Amino acid sequence: MSDQPIIRTRGLTRYFAKKPAVYELDLDVPPGSVFAFLGRNGSGKTTTIRMLLGLLQPTRGQGQILGYDIRALPPEARARIGYLTEEHQLYRWMTVRECGDFQSRFFPRWNNKIFRGVISHFALKDGARVKELSRGERAGLCLALTLAPDPELLILDDPTLGLDPVARRSLVESMIYLTRRADRTIFFSSHQLADVERVADYIAVLDKSVLRASCSLETFRNSVKDVRLRFSGAPPALPEIPGLLQAFRSESELRLICVHYNQPAEQKLRALAPTSIETAPISLEDALISYLGERGEKSFILSEAEAQP
Amino acid sequence: MNVRIAISTGSPTPIYRQIAEQVRMAIATGKLRIGDQLPSVRALAEDLVLNPNTVARAYTDLTRDGLIESRSGRGVFIIRKRKVFTREEGRRRLEPLLDALIGEAMAMDFTREELHDLFQKKLSHWKHEGGAS
Repeated sequence: MSDQPIIRTRGLTRYFAKKPAVYELDLDVPPGSVFAFLGRNGSGKTTTIRMLLGLLQPTRGQGQILGYDIRALPPEARARIGYLTEEHQLYRWMTVRECGDFQSRFFPRWNNKIFRGVISHFALKDGARVKELSRGERAGLCLALTLAPDPELLILDDPTLGLDPVARRSLVESMIYLTRRADRTIFFSSHQLADVERVADYIAVLDKSVLRASCSLETFRNSVKDVRLRFSGAPPALPEIPGLLQAFRSESELRLICVHYNQPAEQKLRALAPTSIETAPISLEDALISYLGERGEKSFILSEAEAQP
Repeated sequence: MNVRIAISTGSPTPIYRQIAEQVRMAIATGKLRIGDQLPSVRALAEDLVLNPNTVARAYTDLTRDGLIESRSGRGVFIIRKRKVFTREEGRRRLEPLLDALIGEAMAMDFTREELHDLFQKKLSHWKHEGGAS
């Protein structure tokens, strides 16, 4: 296992008409990692994924996947990548078994054990026709078809979209199971932060076409802090605090969500003469919402090194 | 293992810390004893539906604190029962819990005597369990 990133982009950019959908994206996905790609709807996640897979040409910039240029992905590279998309493409008249048989002919490394395993994990019947399957069952079938070629890189574009809690959990369990192969990399986009918290080693956050964070999940969480200042009277006006994402004001309290809260920032706050300052950790969801809120135009967490206060 | 670890997502406490704290607490209260075995990283990860690295991170912290030890090929074991916190730190953590408890009790109109009796009863029960030492 080399330490070369499995996915690497530099300045990757794509315009639709005059509007950038992805702008100057620098991304490094370490091998063997579970990497979550986060951001609001329309932030450019799917466009990025389609460029990585060679389904969409970049306007400019570079990208490599498994060491290959994304502008010219050879078939042998594609065979090593499993791609599960938002819209599941299946022949409606086929049965579950037929879907497997059909798909297996395209993949020399097809592993039927994996196919059977996922099918049974989702409790699918061999003879059931695609058109009769529920959304969750279809997702299970698609996952089985994606996993059976034993891909070393798995790209999942919002895999849990529209799934009920049971199907969603089955999918997350399958992702965990996949980490058994240590050299397998999983790159997935999602809005389900509970799932992200369960499975991700790293996260990247896209916002309005721009990468705003890319680091380990832990670094991200450690970097965003909830700071509460209490005052004997009304809180004074707030000076410029670097890394301030959001501020909430109440009768005698100031609550600040800050990135890279450090000594200098604390000194500035102490100068306001609060009766107490308390720093607390914050949930992933609250951290991300603050990070993507209107206030934050800047990118604060782009590397592990930067995250050190 | 006679201790069930349960994690919750969406908490301000990262999952690896939830796991480590629960094991620490189980050791401190005698629910886990020296020589007891913990599930393997992989087994606990699949049981809790977590990335194995998260469980590994919790075990690394517990190993660093000298509470558990991984014996190659055999598993992960509790090796030491120790005070998790200094007396002072313990008090700092305990007092808000006591305040909350007393507050709740007062809100439900328990008298001081009732509360005192309940507390004594609970304490003696713990003694039978051999938990508190």
